Amino acid sequence: MSKKNPNLMDRIAQEARMGRISRRNFMQYSMAAGFTASAATGLWTTNAFAQEAKRGGTFRWGIHDGNTGDTHDPGTYVTRVMIFLAHTHRSFMTQINGDGSLGGDLATEWEASEDASQWTFRLNENATFGISGNKVVAADVIASLNHHRGDASTSAAKSLMADVVDITADGDNTVVVTLSGGNADFPWLLTDYHLAICPANDDGTIDWQSGDGSGPYVIESGEFGVQFSLVRNENWHGEGAWFDRVEMITLNDPNARQTALITGDVDSVSQIDLKTMALMERNPDLKLQNVPSAAAITMPMFCDTAPYDNVDVRNALKLAINRDDIIEKIFFGAATKANDFHHSPAQPYWPDDIPQREYDPEQARSLLQRAGAEGLTVNLSTADSVSAGAVDMAVLYAEHAREAGINVNVVREPNDGYYSDVWLVKPFTLVSWGARPTPDVMYTLAYKDDAAWNESHWQNERFNELLLQAKGELNEERRAEMYREMALLARDDGGTIIPFFNNFVYASRSNVGTPENLAPSWESDGARAASRWWFTD
Amino acid sequence: MGDVLKLILKRLGYGLLTLLVVSILIFFAVELLPGDTAQAILGQAATPETVAALRTQLGLDQPAPIRYLSWLSHAVVGDFGVSAVSGTPVVQVIGGRFINTLFLASYAAVIAVPLAIILGVIVALLRNSVFDRVANVLTLTSISSPEFFLGYILILFFAVNIPAFPAIASLSGSLSFPELLHRTFLPALTLVLVVTAHMMRMTRAAIINLLASPYIEMARLKGVPPWKVIVKHALPNAWAPIINVVALNLAYLITGVVLVEVVFVYPGIGQALVDAVSKRDFPVVQAASLIFAATFILLNLTADVGAILTNPRLRHPK
Repeated sequence: MSKKNPNLMDRIAQEARMGRISRRNFMQYSMAAGFTASAATGLWTTNAFAQEAKRGGTFRWGIHDGNTGDTHDPGTYVTRVMIFLAHTHRSFMTQINGDGSLGGDLATEWEASEDASQWTFRLNENATFGISGNKVVAADVIASLNHHRGDASTSAAKSLMADVVDITADGDNTVVVTLSGGNADFPWLLTDYHLAICPANDDGTIDWQSGDGSGPYVIESGEFGVQFSLVRNENWHGEGAWFDRVEMITLNDPNARQTALITGDVDSVSQIDLKTMALMERNPDLKLQNVPSAAAITMPMFCDTAPYDNVDVRNALKLAINRDDIIEKIFFGAATKANDFHHSPAQPYWPDDIPQREYDPEQARSLLQRAGAEGLTVNLSTADSVSAGAVDMAVLYAEHAREAGINVNVVREPNDGYYSDVWLVKPFTLVSWGARPTPDVMYTLAYKDDAAWNESHWQNERFNELLLQAKGELNEERRAEMYREMALLARDDGGTIIPFFNNFVYASRSNVGTPENLAPSWESDGARAASRWWFTD
Repeated sequence: MGDVLKLILKRLGYGLLTLLVVSILIFFAVELLPGDTAQAILGQAATPETVAALRTQLGLDQPAPIRYLSWLSHAVVGDFGVSAVSGTPVVQVIGGRFINTLFLASYAAVIAVPLAIILGVIVALLRNSVFDRVANVLTLTSISSPEFFLGYILILFFAVNIPAFPAIASLSGSLSFPELLHRTFLPALTLVLVVTAHMMRMTRAAIINLLASPYIEMARLKGVPPWKVIVKHALPNAWAPIINVVALNLAYLITGVVLVEVVFVYPGIGQALVDAVSKRDFPVVQAASLIFAATFILLNLTADVGAILTNPRLRHPK
């Protein structure tokens, strides 16, 4: 037997997760690392893991963040419980696979016109709604997507669908979407949690009230903010759904969540307190899941407001943060160091050759000197509700910045209304961003010159030009090159400090089986634990 | 008896007035909170135009006093409207939760009230003995600890170390009554520990106070055994303060259990209220607060009436 090199294997697996190597290369590298061809195939296909999976059992899933005021309306999904439920009882057009790549859910295949402005999706002909038993047809998809369009729509996904000009059916199983401009990422956008497919009414609206969906499980009973009981949809079109039943229990209190997992009252929880990570790791009955994601903490500075209108000041503030120290002390290592551009290794096209910006108070000092801003004092607004440890993190940053002669006043704002009264209002804030599937979505949302959420008021002509070009570019290589240049622009000219991307840290009982790769889009395997996991005993 | 009836009616009238004032206070307190329902529903993902559309749909573009009056005009005829967030009728949102809360409160009260009064009588009888001291120290310790802490301690001992009871009291599926009692035992026990001390010490104090009176001395002199002195002679005169403190603690069992609900993930009305406040769901907040206020008013009234009925001097005023 040849000697295996596990470190190399990890690296290759990571490359594969990032979508940077093809299946063929993966096989070559794996065999070079000492794996046999069949073992390498097994590593590549998540289905190889699924072969060990067996059916049966009731999966009790403790989920953080649920509210009595939740509803089945996909336009106002906001809590984790609803997002997870949507992925359990409803379907989406596409999904993010465990390895971070894009896969089909209701759509089996899709293709773009040459300028990427028209997309044609073929629907899975076996898909049916769990309660009514009706087939999922083009009309359902059209009504579900139109729910997020139009003046009367109150959907939070309205801006996501803003470029959609028209959605038409071509027979019962084909949907054609026309966009106002090219968007090579459109199939990625359809993984957004708001875009769940519901049955259409005759008037072209959707019936979200009944809670019917075409997902792996069907809701049997439930109460918002408390719990939902589901049974397997035996006619589900996908692969998986090993559990017979799923209980989704709202567990908002971190302590209750962890105790319930330790005592075996639930089989898996969607989030654990980072402070107790080490303790949980020592418990042989539990396994910890620590998954790098594209969610981030950002610190935007208004580029049109003094002193941040000077690029040297902005870069000095970026150099004055000790990322390793914050990741170690506040987040207990459960984060991936970022480099001041909002593009995570968990997203496609991530440029891996951009030098990491490190903590350098000396250089920060000299940049300030050049800007004539020695002895700079800035106010950094934050609140506990931004993220666990957000205030501590700001205080620690103030200590780092002091070394560079910068005086950071940490302003603790009220938790309530932080995103309406502080974010986009105060010039220097701390913000928490959820994971977005692609760099284009993220940049368009918060870095484009005219975006409503351009949180740093950053205007860079070249960046915006590239953003539009990359959006319609179907050639992968050219696209990756554009994102690389944009990353450099954001890093060296942008107004946002991005210290790290948070990892998702969650935990399960040791008898819960999971595929090797856990999806980076949400906690609990991209919110799809119920259909992707199984019991090993 | 006519006097008592008059008193009840008068107090009920004041009670209604109090509820009106409470509802105004709640409305404007919710108004003062930063952000509004539309923003809370859409969360961080809201764009200004979506928020505006939702505001119009929810009627939030009306001025505050008009919104309050429209709510009030429906509420006085018993229509508490629909949740501003989910559109479900408020009665449906709160109804089941309130029943759960009442169940937990009753469970705790059925244990705590007899326990506290019996303990109170015993420690009064054995005052300054070791038993008295130990009972006092234990109950005072439990009342001085925050209830979430007591909850955690109970979970540690009776769910983690000795897995006798579940750590979370979620009421999923159909549970038989014994299962229900088993599942909700730890939260009920937490509440028992929190309220027992107050009632027990009041019983003890009231009885000890009376033990110094001449008629008790008389009873003793004619050879009545000590337990009979307390139960037959002292206790009837001590009921008024005991009933008062019991009523106060019962009200607490209903209105003060949010923390216990959170720790044990018990689907009671306190959790619903917290959820509603975070979403600025005014109709639900209002209804839950009014239930709490009404509970206090009614239990206070019961305490006063009980005090009168157990005291012949108040029952037959000269």
